[in-house]
Amino acid sequence: MFLQQLINGLTLGSTYALIALGYTMVYGIVQLINFAHGEIYMFGAFFGLLLVLTFDVDIFLAIAGAMVFCMLMGVLVERIAYRPLRGSSRLSALISAIGVSIFLSTFMVLLRGPNSTSYPSSVMAIKTYHIGSIELSSLQIMILVTAAVLMIGLELMVKRTRMGKAMRACSQDLDAARLMGINVDRTISFTFALGSALAAAGGVMVGVYYNAVQPYMGTMAGLKAFAAAVLGGIGSIPGAMLGGILLGVLENLGIAYLASSYKDAIAFGILILVLLIRPQGLLGKATTKKV
Amino acid sequence: MESLLQQYVDLYYLQIVILIGINIILALGLNIITGVTGQLSMGHAGFMSIGAYTSAILATQFGVPFPVCLLAAGLMAAFMGVVIGIPILRLEGDYLAMVTIGFAEIVRVVFLNLEIAGRGMGLSGIPAETNFSIVWGLVIIIVLLNTGLLKSRPGRALYSIREDEIAAEASGVNTTLYKVIAFGMGTFLAGIGGSLYAHYLTYINPGNFGFMRSVELLNMVVLGGMGSIPGTIVGTIILTIAPEVLRFVQEYRLLFYGALLVILMIFRPNGLLGDVRWHDVKRYWSRWRKTWIKKGS
Repeated sequence: MFLQQLINGLTLGSTYALIALGYTMVYGIVQLINFAHGEIYMFGAFFGLLLVLTFDVDIFLAIAGAMVFCMLMGVLVERIAYRPLRGSSRLSALISAIGVSIFLSTFMVLLRGPNSTSYPSSVMAIKTYHIGSIELSSLQIMILVTAAVLMIGLELMVKRTRMGKAMRACSQDLDAARLMGINVDRTISFTFALGSALAAAGGVMVGVYYNAVQPYMGTMAGLKAFAAAVLGGIGSIPGAMLGGILLGVLENLGIAYLASSYKDAIAFGILILVLLIRPQGLLGKATTKKV
Repeated sequence: MESLLQQYVDLYYLQIVILIGINIILALGLNIITGVTGQLSMGHAGFMSIGAYTSAILATQFGVPFPVCLLAAGLMAAFMGVVIGIPILRLEGDYLAMVTIGFAEIVRVVFLNLEIAGRGMGLSGIPAETNFSIVWGLVIIIVLLNTGLLKSRPGRALYSIREDEIAAEASGVNTTLYKVIAFGMGTFLAGIGGSLYAHYLTYINPGNFGFMRSVELLNMVVLGGMGSIPGTIVGTIILTIAPEVLRFVQEYRLLFYGALLVILMIFRPNGLLGDVRWHDVKRYWSRWRKTWIKKGS
């Protein structure tokens, strides 16, 4: 029972982690809570569905297609709604992000209606394996492996490539990075593209896992992923991964052992408790204010 | 007064005017926390729901008269605000935003599961006590008190926390105390607004107080201009009327609303009245009048 819940929690948590990475990377560089991120995740799930329905592709192609589509979308959203506001107060950018979020979810409601649709079962043959008393489906394995591959890929990209170096430089000090000859605008666009692609992958996988895709799925998932990013220490990439997985696991255990009707409260309750003890999040660095 | 209004004013418009008044009270509360003191709270709807439920439960199940309900709602919300505020106001900026979102969500889930709050069904049959004169009377009182507060020494202390917390502390402002006071006042108004809202709709359920409601209130404060009372009022009026005016576009309504937020922020990043100073307005006005008088003579 415990191990079963742990595995379910890991599966859910790795999708939270994928979304949380987008929040944390964007926040690390431009200090913006990108409220439209949950909607990008929702669009990813829908674009994957569109690919499956029209071209009958398998789940990996659907994920890849959705990632490319959301990359473009993320860059476009940044260009239209956030870049003109870069110099002004952070709250105006926040309201702009909220505007984009409302716009995108309404757009999808108009396009597909508010009801949930499901992926056809042809998208992936699901086998269930029994190991002792644990049930493990091939879908869960696929989600865990894909999420792990994407996160390792991200870590390598951030640590080893020129673009990754530019991203790290921008997150330390935007102005100093610009003085060192880094193309800041391009780096920010790249960050948005990267974060959106990861969210899209999460969207398609959640859509298949829960067998439901609907226009408002982004709101709650976005809030939880943001909670995960804050839990891990916002701005920290390993923190987002840890926070996402931890939140997923604890939420599942909470549902199993406490009360399922309090599902949505559990994640936020944990978050508040952790922040009261460690205000900078689990892996965040405590910054001292300098005058 | 009420019957007179109902005789001459269309009921639909009267309802919108009452709703504007309730929203002004709610937004002014959030303005003290976020606009004036600069503490980003995205869970105002949570405190509003505490007020609404307190008032509704007292009225329907204990038969308490409305003025007592109203006061109890404000006090209950303020009490919760201070209790939660003392630990969380140590957190900065976006961490605080996340915790307030989380708190509002927890409150919503608790009301969804609470027997006395009617669970998911919510509470119905709340006496319809909210009317034009009560709402707008309260609005006038609150605006006057609020203006007085912001011009006073404590008010300036609140502004100083927004501008630079370290400098404020160095100048002898007890920042923690003032932040908690601001939170208490803001949540008190949220409770009052929630109570008025409950007695206006006569039916509430947890769905009325979701994350989107908090966001709507935050939009009103930021759109009008952070920390400015006239700005908050203008922002509230625009954003309360906008969905009604946009009715002609029917299902595209929220699409326009979202786009409107983005466009307004791009063209007025400090809010509509955020960087307008009243003495500047007066100066322009007197200059404009002088040239006009010269031309006339």
